[in-house]
Amino acid sequence: MEKTITARTGNEAMAEAMRQINPDVCAAYPITPATEIMQIFAGFVNDGRVKTNLITVESEHSAMSACVGSAAAGARTMTATSSQGLALMHEILFIASGIRLPIVMADVNRALSAPINIHCDHSDTMAERDSGWIQIFSENTQEAYDSMLQANRIAEHKDVITPVMVTTDGFIISHGMERLEMYPDAEVQKFVGEYKPQYTVLDVDHPITVGSLVLTDYYLEYKKAQHEAMKAAKRVILEVGKEFGKTFGREYGLIETYKADDADFILVAMGSTAGTAKAAIEELRQEGIKAGLLKIRVFRPFPAEEIAAVLTKAKAVAVLDRCESMSNQAGPVATEVKAGLYDAGVKVPLASYIYGLGGREIYIEDIKNVYRELKNIAEGKLKPEQAKYIGLKE
Amino acid sequence: MSSPKQAAAVENKLTGGHRACAGCGFPIAIKEVLSSCKDPIVVVSATGCLEVTTTIYPYSAWKVPFLHNAFENAGATCSGVEGAYQSLKKQGKITKNIKFVAFGGDGGTYDIGLQSLSGAMERGHDMLYVCNNNEAYMNTGVQRSSATPRGANTTTSPAGKVINGKQQNPKDLTEIMAAHNIPYVAQTTVGMWPDATKKFEKAFSITGAKFVNIYAPCIPGWGYDNSQTIKISKLVVDTCMWPIYEVENGKYKINYKPSVKLPITEFYKTQTRFKALLKDEAAIASIQAYYDAKWARLQLMEEATNKA
Repeated sequence: MEKTITARTGNEAMAEAMRQINPDVCAAYPITPATEIMQIFAGFVNDGRVKTNLITVESEHSAMSACVGSAAAGARTMTATSSQGLALMHEILFIASGIRLPIVMADVNRALSAPINIHCDHSDTMAERDSGWIQIFSENTQEAYDSMLQANRIAEHKDVITPVMVTTDGFIISHGMERLEMYPDAEVQKFVGEYKPQYTVLDVDHPITVGSLVLTDYYLEYKKAQHEAMKAAKRVILEVGKEFGKTFGREYGLIETYKADDADFILVAMGSTAGTAKAAIEELRQEGIKAGLLKIRVFRPFPAEEIAAVLTKAKAVAVLDRCESMSNQAGPVATEVKAGLYDAGVKVPLASYIYGLGGREIYIEDIKNVYRELKNIAEGKLKPEQAKYIGLKE
Repeated sequence: MSSPKQAAAVENKLTGGHRACAGCGFPIAIKEVLSSCKDPIVVVSATGCLEVTTTIYPYSAWKVPFLHNAFENAGATCSGVEGAYQSLKKQGKITKNIKFVAFGGDGGTYDIGLQSLSGAMERGHDMLYVCNNNEAYMNTGVQRSSATPRGANTTTSPAGKVINGKQQNPKDLTEIMAAHNIPYVAQTTVGMWPDATKKFEKAFSITGAKFVNIYAPCIPGWGYDNSQTIKISKLVVDTCMWPIYEVENGKYKINYKPSVKLPITEFYKTQTRFKALLKDEAAIASIQAYYDAKWARLQLMEEATNKA
């Protein structure tokens, strides 16, 4: 396969992925730092490079509402947003997943107001973690592009039929120029395949009612069916990730580990910080500290067993959250990791950290300090703290 | 245009046995809409009585495709359905001509869904939006909306000892929609079947965004006997509080001018929601003046927009 090596920002890569997928409908609304995705895509539409009907709505609430209408009509439907935009979609995200519509969305992670801030953290996506959407995080532009190309296959799979959001870290990935390996349009289209929905409201000869009032007698069963779909999603994400690897040379799973096999100290992170952590690990290994990384790629469905299996061998674990849940305990990632460890019967000293809120930089040195703290915890010199802030001004 | 008798001979696409009140206004509006469309039709609905009473799982009263999303987004949802249709039709994946209608109550249209409706109309989707105006939030138990008339008793604007019912005049949504400069905007009432069906037929014959505001009385919300829906929905027109008119490509046409313009109290007397208001002569005089001025303005609009 002839791959094209190019330099692209995360937003450009997302837009290119959407061009190659060539969806039937996109409905979107501008918001920093995701605006560019739809801006670039609008160029593709108006230059006739895609067949997509781009609906430029008057709010994100309407963007997701139009996506629901479009997907219920059997069209392959995509959108992109960020932060306040995702928050404004909140109500309709649950409806999209509840009535089982395989919409695919690019979300550029950005802090939520107040105070208003346009830079990266994961609070927007984390606030939607229970919305019934599959959530895939990206470490870099390549992963964002690759995950977008897998998203429709996962969302539309007959055992899943659940919407997917693929996220990038705002500005860090969305506006950072990186090396990107692109695959030929025809190969991408072959991989993504034709969308053939089972039911649509445009099938006027077989009328269906979508969005019924479901009361106490069936609501529970309805939700259980969704629960089962999320379970199946785990298997399907792995299958699609494997097939993607065979086709394009890069395999994807639910998690990724880096030097974790023999690691004494494992750090759990998501998004672009995983890359920073890899650099820190390289330096620490030279100092003789056995540091390793567990990167969570798929946050929903949550890969609890897979995470526990990796962390069981560690002497101490640190979980990094780019989000505050104001629980006084830990961020959402750490909370879920701890729940997974409990269920697996793994008792390992675990410290949780809050970092990078509102785009605050995280440096290799910051991460090395976390590992040093883990060493002290393992040696009994330090008690593990929860929700400890990294990089706070004195 | 059809008579109710002719329409009765056509297969009903909203089956009986749904759970709307006997004598309710909105099922009449739905029948007027569905019987006026010759092509296959897809229905989108906002949350409200219409959706709640016709789609209780595992049953559905709809013999046409029906989609309910949320309360405030029937406009945007329908624009998504229509957008999908345009895309799939262009690609040759759909060959049929299909029409699209979105229904919302006054709460879902005048208030919470106004932005979504405005956006859909501005973008010019080939769809008809029908507002079932029963002048309050009836599904949640008669709360005031921006369509509720001044002086009406609702559960959030009760006829109290100090404040007597709703204090504001209703928003003029039909005029707001006319200001969108879409090809067709109209106002009608469920009780005037030929007028309503003529307007819906016309709306379906026009490409682009269309809006029809239909007056649909609510028995428990307004307080009247369920045999009186048609009578009351006609009576309002004779008071000129709810004029029957249309705006086609900017030109106003009043479709019905009462030979004898009745005082608003004739309408108020038929419903318990105005019981307390009827005792307040000063308020009645002020409201009458308001509607008189509106009626005069509408006639001027008709005159002004039809000048050669």
